[in-house]
Amino acid sequence: MTSSETNWDAIVIGGGHNGLVAAATLAKSGRKVLLLEAGSDVGGAARTEEFAPGFRVSAVAHLLNRLHPDVLKTLELGRHGLNVERSDFVPSVALSKGGPLVLHGAYGEVLTGASPSEQSAWKALRAQLLRYAAVLKPFLSRRPPELAGLSLAEMTGLGQTALALKRLGKEDMRDFLRVLLMNVNDLLDEQLSDDRLKGLLAFDATLGSHLGPRSPTSLLGLYYRLAGEIGGLAGAQIQPKGGMGAVIAAIRAAAEKAGVSIRPATPVAKVIIEKGRAVGVVTQGGETMRARTVVSAINPATTILDLVGPREVDTGFVRKVKNIRMKGDAAKLHLALDRPPQFTGVDAAGHKGRLVIAPSPDHVERAFNPSKYGEFSREPVMEITLPSLVDPALAPAGACVLSAVVQYAPYALREGWTAGKPQFLEAILAQLETYAPGIGATVRHAELLTPIDIEARYRMPGGHWHHGELQADQMLISRPVSGWSGYDTPLEGLFLAGAGSHPGGGISGAPGLNAARRIIAMRG
Amino acid sequence: MAQATRKKPFVTEADTAVEARTIAQSHFRTLRLGTPFQPRIDALGLKQDWYNWAGYRAPHSLWDEELEYFAIRSQAALFDISPMTKYRIEGPDAEAYLDRITLRDVTRLEPGRVHYTAWCDDEGFVLDDGTLFRLSPTRFRLCSQERHLPWLLDSGIGYEVSVEEETEAVAGLALQGPTSFAVLRDAGFAGVERLKVFDLAEFAHDDATVTISRTGFTGDLGYELFVPADKALSLWDRLMAAGELRGIRAIGYTALNRARLEAGLIIANADFATAEHAIRTDRLRMPDEIGLGFMVDPQKGHFNGRRAILEARAKKKLRHVLVGLEIEGNIPAEHAIVYYRRSQEVGLVSAAMWSPMAKRNIAIASLQRPYGDTIVDDFWVEIYAMRELQYQKLMKRAKVVQRPFIKLDRRTANPPADF
Repeated sequence: MTSSETNWDAIVIGGGHNGLVAAATLAKSGRKVLLLEAGSDVGGAARTEEFAPGFRVSAVAHLLNRLHPDVLKTLELGRHGLNVERSDFVPSVALSKGGPLVLHGAYGEVLTGASPSEQSAWKALRAQLLRYAAVLKPFLSRRPPELAGLSLAEMTGLGQTALALKRLGKEDMRDFLRVLLMNVNDLLDEQLSDDRLKGLLAFDATLGSHLGPRSPTSLLGLYYRLAGEIGGLAGAQIQPKGGMGAVIAAIRAAAEKAGVSIRPATPVAKVIIEKGRAVGVVTQGGETMRARTVVSAINPATTILDLVGPREVDTGFVRKVKNIRMKGDAAKLHLALDRPPQFTGVDAAGHKGRLVIAPSPDHVERAFNPSKYGEFSREPVMEITLPSLVDPALAPAGACVLSAVVQYAPYALREGWTAGKPQFLEAILAQLETYAPGIGATVRHAELLTPIDIEARYRMPGGHWHHGELQADQMLISRPVSGWSGYDTPLEGLFLAGAGSHPGGGISGAPGLNAARRIIAMRG
Repeated sequence: MAQATRKKPFVTEADTAVEARTIAQSHFRTLRLGTPFQPRIDALGLKQDWYNWAGYRAPHSLWDEELEYFAIRSQAALFDISPMTKYRIEGPDAEAYLDRITLRDVTRLEPGRVHYTAWCDDEGFVLDDGTLFRLSPTRFRLCSQERHLPWLLDSGIGYEVSVEEETEAVAGLALQGPTSFAVLRDAGFAGVERLKVFDLAEFAHDDATVTISRTGFTGDLGYELFVPADKALSLWDRLMAAGELRGIRAIGYTALNRARLEAGLIIANADFATAEHAIRTDRLRMPDEIGLGFMVDPQKGHFNGRRAILEARAKKKLRHVLVGLEIEGNIPAEHAIVYYRRSQEVGLVSAAMWSPMAKRNIAIASLQRPYGDTIVDDFWVEIYAMRELQYQKLMKRAKVVQRPFIKLDRRTANPPADF
């Protein structure tokens, strides 16, 4: 076993975007930071990767809609090549056999394809959703409140939330509390009548979670989405040029500028614990590195159960960590196409946007049903992007890349994914064929990543991109586990900074930033 | 007892099925389980004074509380400890596993030894106390008041260890009192004289093995014997026969409870509320708050509750303390309120008695720090003495004293004395 001479102020485990953000933020505070990445390159599930000769695609996350403004500001990502203009916003298109419906601008500032009465209903609902999401928004960039021993700053923070609630006015505040834990389906039925619009919202609310639109609390998923913003507008979305890897490149540049040492291909085997304190890591190569603070930006369960080991923590904590639900229910499809597909009734601008197959809430619910019993959806729902239309460099000339997040694909498929994957791919392609006739004949190569594949390739246990179901019982003060939601752990000097921590997944950088702020505040 | 309450003129197939189901569901007719010694105890239980010990029918007293107590102190007393929860813990990681669960350093517990220990939850609150028997380098028996199987199993994540409850399979007897050694010797357990306090060894009995340890809950010379349930009665008979001339007597819990109080020993859910039973958050207790702080070993490897306990010590967050009290007069102060300067409520007595051995009025009490910790003077207890259907309220002075209240040389004497 070799031991490197250098002693670090902080070692960050995991070079996903949260690890990079945490490392960069810590380095900017003057700390000497080492970032260890297991893979050959940083970026995790936000890399841009080649999946067929000449075809490149964003690995798992393919739309940028919630990179936190504080991350942009703290790391000065604009100076490192990440700039978002309003003209980059792409629409959401609800595909339907009866013709599409389009949400333009930031989550449907303008709605087209719907009746005038539906448009005005949507205007009211959209305003309400954004108003309510805004109440929750401040929580994203803060530690969850600590129930025992609230600090003055935390108290002030909660006070602001109380004020925000009060500012809603009495009726609105009552309604906010009424709908907070509702299912999305019932809320949509209260206010809308167009199945296409309702289907799209039902899909968005349940995207990335093991919930159907009628599952209690499913509305929270929509709030989570709308609490995010890009380019200063809540609910907006862009397809980054160069894929998500370009966002990673900017964060990486900021980290390196701040002095972070990045070592790829260095998987960590163990966090060294001495007398209840994390003091360094041992790599799988047998190298020992010591640091004052160890920050784990990988999965919380992997961190505690594998790197630290159950022997170094208390039984109750092990129980909680083992009980984090994190079985993914979404698959990722990459298609290399001979030419851009034509989705029926969708215009050129729509093809550059997010195309959603979720024709009605019932359809989403029916797609969800089999997953409860370990079966994949026979008629899956999905969100599709065609990244090479925004950035032609991602595909050979004339060809096209299709990237889709497809639900529902339960991690623990009863028949096993070896047998299930070809059938699931067939079901997906059949759905695509319905909305883009002729697309099947142009498929040059198809890559389908089931949760099993995502788990193996991106080291995401359960293949869950939130690193833990993002549901009410695993949010805020209960994320990743109750009692330890503030990025610190029972082990002194060990912090969690990944999507498994509050507020959760998506390319936000918020867990990484919040964790770094916590460490700085604790002088760790 | 199951009894037929209706006459059946003829039997159909359906009736047979119902009958079978009734029998299968008749467990509730047994209100309390019997232990493997029950036939002998029932025969001696003249007072029919039973209580519920972890679901078993256990005697408060068999024939006379006073005489049963004096059997412990002057003769040999036989007490059935079969209802005590027992776990068999075995495997290459058993030592490391128990070291992580319990407070004391298990790596220093040698095979053939027993120690008294306790274990805590994540918050450092005591889940239970009990005795840990090291039967071999890789095999242990953990005895406790409460049941802990889910906790013990979940604690095994990451260890090569098996945990099995053996409460029913293993019968236990405590043989306590000055003549207890002589009884064992006369019963033919050759080599039992070599057992020092907290030693254990295995002996042959009735084609099986009995594990005898020099341990007990009385502060007296005494032993505990563990035997497979089907050999329980022959062991009982063997001891009773050998002890006849040594005054051996079966006893109930009331007598034992007095002896343990004189020895200054505490009982879970009597002198403190265990963490999983306490409903009110201020009833939870850390080891330091119930006199078990000596078990905490910050130098050993990680153990459950370590972080919380050390933090509470460092930040002075300990709120209670368990003390021994000597109270003036001779009226037991059972569950009396403890006052500072006769007026300020500072705690409660959890066990009290007039001690025939110490010739003192003794008690165990839980006080709110700093009382009992840095302030140890001017305590009073309020005793309600019932005198012919009228309470007489007594305010008696109480002095904090060391536990145990009695110390008997014969408990630790080597070789054990032959009375």
